[in-house]
Amino acid sequence: MERSGFISSAVKRLVTGPPLYYAWVLALLVTAVVGVIAYTAQLKQGLVVTGMTSFVSWGLYIGNFTFLVGVAAAAVLLIIPAYLYEFGPIKEIVIVGEALAVSALMMCMMFVTADLGRPDRIWHLIPGLGILNLPSSMLGWDIVVLNGYLFLNLFIPGYILVRAYQVKEVNMKFILPFILLSIPWAVSIHTVTAFIYNGLAARPFWNASILAPRFLASAFCSGPALIILLFQVVRKYSKFHVKDEALFKLAEIVAVAMAVNLFLAAAEFFKELYSDTHHLAPLEYLYWGFHGKGSLVPWVWTAMAFNIAAFVIFLIPKTRKNFVTLNLGAVLIICGIWIEKGMGLIIPGFIPSPLGRVWEYVPTTIEVLVSMGIWAIGLLILTLILKIIIPIETGEFTRAGRVAA
Amino acid sequence: MSEQSDTVTNKGSISPGGHGSGSGESPEPVVSGPEKAHVRRAGRAGVVSPWEKSGGQEGTSVKSFGAPHRHATKPLERAEEETLPSRRRFLAGAVGLLGMMAVSSCSWEEFFQQQFQRMTEADLEAVVERLRAEYKEKYGKDFVVGTEGPLDGTLFGYALDIQRCIGCRKCVYACVEENNLARTPEQIQYIRVLRFKDGTMNLEESEIYYDPEEVPEDGYYYMPVQCQHCANAPCTKVCPVRATWTEPDGIVVVDYNWCIGCRYCMAACPYQGRWFNWGEPHVPKEELNTQTHYLGNRPRMKNVVEKCTFCIQRVRKGQYPKCVEACPVGARKFGNLLDPNSEIRKIIETKRVFRLKSELNTQPRFYYFFAT
Repeated sequence: MERSGFISSAVKRLVTGPPLYYAWVLALLVTAVVGVIAYTAQLKQGLVVTGMTSFVSWGLYIGNFTFLVGVAAAAVLLIIPAYLYEFGPIKEIVIVGEALAVSALMMCMMFVTADLGRPDRIWHLIPGLGILNLPSSMLGWDIVVLNGYLFLNLFIPGYILVRAYQVKEVNMKFILPFILLSIPWAVSIHTVTAFIYNGLAARPFWNASILAPRFLASAFCSGPALIILLFQVVRKYSKFHVKDEALFKLAEIVAVAMAVNLFLAAAEFFKELYSDTHHLAPLEYLYWGFHGKGSLVPWVWTAMAFNIAAFVIFLIPKTRKNFVTLNLGAVLIICGIWIEKGMGLIIPGFIPSPLGRVWEYVPTTIEVLVSMGIWAIGLLILTLILKIIIPIETGEFTRAGRVAA
Repeated sequence: MSEQSDTVTNKGSISPGGHGSGSGESPEPVVSGPEKAHVRRAGRAGVVSPWEKSGGQEGTSVKSFGAPHRHATKPLERAEEETLPSRRRFLAGAVGLLGMMAVSSCSWEEFFQQQFQRMTEADLEAVVERLRAEYKEKYGKDFVVGTEGPLDGTLFGYALDIQRCIGCRKCVYACVEENNLARTPEQIQYIRVLRFKDGTMNLEESEIYYDPEEVPEDGYYYMPVQCQHCANAPCTKVCPVRATWTEPDGIVVVDYNWCIGCRYCMAACPYQGRWFNWGEPHVPKEELNTQTHYLGNRPRMKNVVEKCTFCIQRVRKGQYPKCVEACPVGARKFGNLLDPNSEIRKIIETKRVFRLKSELNTQPRFYYFFAT
């Protein structure tokens, strides 16, 4: 009775909104449908419809997956100051961050599934029914940590929101262990994802121990940058209040993370360039071209320029606290890290191939459409989650309020 | 031999990535079709091939490398062990039962099929039966789908005489035919022959698209590369569902019906020993080899990984791998590493041998050597 009451009023909230809301949801739905149609073609014909080959056997899907794991991890790492140190401004952001984490995780899972040759056999991964090859497969571990992380991110805000909906106090003794657990867990999802690539001696570009730290540093750039933008949208279209101070604090975190990210990149550059071994080839391919091939060169320099520009913007207090430059910086970072931790990380791992072939990869239209579709579904999930949880958080949507209405 | 050469010529050459829509956009042109004909011409155009003069044919005839003993201890094969004779009998008389398998129920059974190592003997019999019916339906031919287990006291090893190899690629095409490798949409070749300039061994400077009138060419040497069947295999370690593993006789195999197509093993292999069927693999019906093994050359499906199995369908019956037989100069050697009198052991013990990328500690059971 009570549950059905919640569901019906939640659905009512989902289908009502300003015209802009309808336009946004419609655009996402259309993109999602196009993506699903493209995926159907891929299912029917196989991965032959993608640009991937036996030389470059991972591409756009795995690139997006890697980027989004970073987003999911960083969104929750913001919990640390919020819950533990009672830093007011960021606490308000956490619920939004967790919603972002949940939708980023859903996108991660969709991207990995899209990359699977045999999604019909996905049950082979279920322990018992199938075989999850633990402890030896890093992909197996990634499945464990990603699903665990998804659970935590549904459970923690779920519990807090249910209490808020019932207008009851949150029992901190009960929920705190989960919150504490989610902190190392967030680190683990990006670390394990880095280890997927890191552990492969066959691919010198990934086989550097600096990879996991670089993953975390870049995640701390792209995650908060996305939240800075998301938060401005949320506070514009809802009664959810967040002080500018919180956004500026996030920008400060990004500046530090970007400094670390650039430093780690420089350390890797030094090692590869100075020692000048055969292992330099993938880096050479990425930044300067190799054996006359270099389709990623313009992309990666764009990423480099974006990251440095954003770093400067976020470092100087004056530009950090100006919304025009702040938003510009956030967009630059998202694009920069998406290139760096997406295609810029995956593709050079395969070029040159272990036997020295330089065979380039260009995603096909179908791959691009499927990827856009997954992004659309992810953003749709995020939109709908926020549409429900923000009114709960602001106290507009409670059991009492619903009863009174 | 010349007849075989002709067949091979028409098949075109290596087209590693060139499939589907992506190929047109690839910066590197897809090398395929007759225009990229190969050195096999050398043998038939009246030119005296170097290998014809060399007379280095020893070791290429079909002969057994050791008496097959049944394996007794490995738990994996215990079930197989006890049932093999009956299975053989079963397979021999199974043709009559094929019609009883309904296609619709087949796909259902295929969906819920367990991983090879977890199947009981009865499961496996049913699966083999189903596969034979499927192949009969699809190709109109009676297939032998073997499930022979590893032989007792056998650990397979391979050696390739880098000095003798002339780069003719006969092994490549013999392998394609023996193992029912996809001809389209992407031609899969388990063996890659790298051509190096004398004085270098830099993989990035090697060439696989070499195309002279005649081989060997002055100033070059050749190094064929295929799955190295590593003792410390990086590929089997990473598989999230254990669809690939090393058999007790050292052969690294894939259960095509268990692979989920994530291609992690391909990223992990330092030798590019693994291949993926990006689309539905196609082999002309008349070129199908019906003598197959479950873990070997049975017809594959789309979007799963496959690789060299040392011709598991042959070596477990005491035959040499097809590439060993096909080599016109006897550069390829194969045998039992546990047999102290085997040719492979003699080579490893007395010749100058090396293993590719030994710094990665993959410990290949595939050796390169210099015979003189």
